[in-house]
Formats: sequence, C-alpha cells, structure tokens
Amino acid sequence: MDEVMVLTYDVPPDDFTRAGEASSDVKSKLKMLGASPAAVRKVAIAMYEGEINMVIHAHGGKITVEISPQSIKMVLADVGPGIPDIDLAMKAGYSTAPDEVRSLGFGAGMGLPNMKKYSDEMKIETEIGVGTTITMLVNM
Amino acid sequence: MTVQELIDSGMFAVENVGEGTDREITQPFCCDLLSVAMGRAPERGAWVTVMGNMNTLAVASLTETACIILAEGAVLDEVAKKKAKEQEITVLSTDEPIFEAALRIWQKQKEMQGNA
Repeated sequence: MDEVMVLTYDVPPDDFTRAGEASSDVKSKLKMLGASPAAVRKVAIAMYEGEINMVIHAHGGKITVEISPQSIKMVLADVGPGIPDIDLAMKAGYSTAPDEVRSLGFGAGMGLPNMKKYSDEMKIETEIGVGTTITMLVNM
Repeated sequence: MTVQELIDSGMFAVENVGEGTDREITQPFCCDLLSVAMGRAPERGAWVTVMGNMNTLAVASLTETACIILAEGAVLDEVAKKKAKEQEITVLSTDEPIFEAALRIWQKQKEMQGNA
C-alpha cells in the first residue's frame, strides 16, 4: 500500500447510539490493512473520544482519516461552540458535559487527555462561536 | 483462563457469546465511567461494570476487551442486547457486587495458572 487512503465520516448530532460507528469502521479497515495492533488500538481510542466529544459538545461534525504506510492522520472538524480555555479542557477531570451525558458514563473529563495520550501528535485549533478542528497523528 | 473457560466455569449467567472466546483473559478490570475505561481498559481484560448500554459495548470493542461482566444485577437494554449480538461481544452477568465478581475471576485465573 503506497498511496494514501482517505476516509470521511459524518458524525450525527446528539445520537449516542451511533457514536463510535466511524471509529469502529476505521478500526476494522486498519486491521484489514495489516496495521499493528498497537496502532489500531491507539487510533480507535483517540478517534472514539473525539467522536463522543463532537456528539456531546458540538452537534456532530466531520471526520477525515488519511491512512498512509507511515501514519494515520485524523482530522475532526466541527462547527460547535469552540473551546474557551484549552489548558483547562486538557486537564484530566475537567468537564462541561451535561448531566444526561454523565448518566451514560461519560463526562469524566478524560476525553481530550485520552486523545493526547493515545495519539503521537495532536493539534487543537478552536475559535469561539466558530468551531474546533482537532488533528491527531498516530504513527504506524 | 480463556473467555470460553470463564463461560464454562458457570460463575456468571451468559447474556451473549461473541467471537474470540479462545482469547486468554489478561486481568479483571473494574470501572463504571466509560471515559475512564476508554483510557484504562486493558487489552483482553474482563471488564466488570454496572453500565449496560450501547456505549459500554462500543468502548469494549474499541479497547479490545475480552468480555464484559455486568455486576449488581445490571442488564443490557434492548438496543444494547441487539448490538452485542451484531458486534459479537461476549457479555456475562451476575447479581454480585463489582468487587466480588472481579475477585472471583482473579481467583479462578490464579487457580488455573496453578494447575497449568
């Protein structure tokens, strides 16, 4: 596999039953391509956290995944409210998730920290009222 | 101890038998916060939790959890039950509290290692 494979997904808003479909799909494609189990797990976790964040905070969004022989690049773009304080949002345990989300077992303030932990590079671009784009890279 | 051996031990009720039951269980893992489980669930762990919703299954699948054990009499809701079948995830259940359920898995693992 020399060329780059590009996958795109729409993350539907406010639908927790479908959250995770995009990450599951990427996970099974990576397995078929023979990616290492470690890389597959990192991508699956980092991307699922991103997907859940988009559902909770941003009314969904778009995910683009580029798979090359060297790395997997995930770009998660939403037109949500933006992140006012990135340092605070990156703090483990800090969460602005509403109660109904917490009752599902989410909202422990681990989303962004997990995304950072499981990606080799992560970049957050955000503007209040405009949206957030998170780019994550996982090496093969 | 493999997932199949855990099923065969009869320790827990069987809600769904999924794929990969020949996988060796690495360790029991207790957690009810999915966000924490996402970051911490060990690969091929036996995850003991009271959360029986769709997202539990998604997290289990993405973290390569070997099987889920629903404790404290927790059950899968209808949607989750369907999903467990589709995604072929092994789900067991018990009325016992989380700690006791996990401890029994751990003891069984030690016992089987001793016999090996």
